Amino acid sequence: MREPWWISLIKAGVIVNLIMLAFAYTTWLERKLLGRMQNRFGPNRAGPYGLLQPFADLIKLVRKESFFPVAARHPLYIAAPIISMFTALAAFAVIPFGAGWQIWHYHVNGEIANVSIALILIFALGSIGVYGAIIGGWASQSKFSLLGSMRTCAQLVSYEVSLALSVLGVVLMGQSLNLVDIVNKQGATIWFFIPQLAGLLVFFFAMIAETSRPPFDLPEADTELVAGYHTEYGGMRWGLFQTAEYINLITLSALAVTLFFAGWHGPYAPLGPLWFLLKVFIFVSVFIWIRASVPRLRYDQLMRFGWKILLPVATINAVVTALLVVWIS
Amino acid sequence: MSPQPLDSVKGFAVTFRQLFKKPITQQYPEYKRPVYPRFRGRHRLHRHENGLEKCVGCSLCAAACPADCIRVVAEENTPDNRVSPGERYARIYEINMSRCIFCGYCELACPFDAITLGNEYEISEYSRDDLIYTKDMLLAEPIKKVPVADRDLYDTPIPYYQDHS
Ligand code: SF4
Ligand code: SF4
Repeated sequence: MREPWWISLIKAGVIVNLIMLAFAYTTWLERKLLGRMQNRFGPNRAGPYGLLQPFADLIKLVRKESFFPVAARHPLYIAAPIISMFTALAAFAVIPFGAGWQIWHYHVNGEIANVSIALILIFALGSIGVYGAIIGGWASQSKFSLLGSMRTCAQLVSYEVSLALSVLGVVLMGQSLNLVDIVNKQGATIWFFIPQLAGLLVFFFAMIAETSRPPFDLPEADTELVAGYHTEYGGMRWGLFQTAEYINLITLSALAVTLFFAGWHGPYAPLGPLWFLLKVFIFVSVFIWIRASVPRLRYDQLMRFGWKILLPVATINAVVTALLVVWIS
Repeated sequence: MSPQPLDSVKGFAVTFRQLFKKPITQQYPEYKRPVYPRFRGRHRLHRHENGLEKCVGCSLCAAACPADCIRVVAEENTPDNRVSPGERYARIYEINMSRCIFCGYCELACPFDAITLGNEYEISEYSRDDLIYTKDMLLAEPIKKVPVADRDLYDTPIPYYQDHS
């Protein structure tokens, strides 16, 4: 159903801000959960339960000196975090978060943009996001950054293959690349994580690597390698890279929820966004839990896992699903 | 891949269980953990019971200091200006606390137990200049107090020069 353009605009504005808020409190949640899992308190000074900590961090980052490395290629150096940030934010536009509502005599869709190739769009934006890392590392004209960005790219590109292949089964079962259709199909039939368990597992692992979360956080590897492609960044420019990373995490969690756990579907339809939020929250918490529990992989282990385990499993899953879908219909 | 996949999964149970335990963090500014009785903190200069300063300005502490942060300028005592019982006294006695490593060599070197290291450790300042402690500051009773653990809990004896000065 069509909606007037200004509703989309308002929705976009609201969603972007909600995501930023979600990002802020993801960092809070992460620090809090990590702390408690390590018998610490986590942030508890800024506001009650440390709830103002994200804003304190923001103020600190913004007020920091924004320096340039002398040799940096200026326009690209500045553009890199913006690219990362933009692609991370834009990907959320196609994710459906509700059934759609009738407000007054306007119809409001449960997603910002109903794109028929939504899934491809998300992966395309993800691939562009890699440029943020490449350009950032190269434009800062430092060996550590360059090596770090190469490391990052190798990882992201490797795992993107598995990530894209793992959702092929869902696409075949949903018979569409449109996320709205996929969600509706799941609501009408069965949540896809049951028939697509292998796909979900591959997606899950690839997603950890794509968002460079521990144990696949080789792009940063703060304890053993110099921070990677954002070595030469400071203040809010570095903050943008981090924001992009967390928003990618939220977006991919939302995508996983959409593809495998029927998005906003739940016991009571008008509460759609709430179910959606709850599912995403569980996903994000699981990521934090993983971070608290497993040590970082070595680089060769990372590559071996990606190419020798995830990729074959994803391929077999896609082929078997395709055969089954053809056989049943 | 880990050779024991099940054990890796057990790790998740371990981390999850911690969520329901009380954090063991000691919340510092509210709770100050008692320091060890021989803890080496902020310095103090001491006086005799009759009010004269124990320091005679011999500069042995300055010589012993590995961080080279003590400055002593000595001057002769005169009958109408008697500051210390010895021949001379320290007209200027400064310790640059931003350089001090709290090794305690100064108190070992001092022949009169005039300088000792106290238990005070909350000595941060906003400016480096404020970290240069003058003789008056070192002679004064320290304002802040930190809790000190019961010395009977520890079996190492407190050295004479710290106990009696
Ligand atoms: S404690 Fe060590 S470093 Fe500090 S003033 Fe004494 S001798 Fe120097
Ligand atoms: S504190 Fe002790 S060692 Fe240092 S100058 Fe005074 S008497 Fe000499």
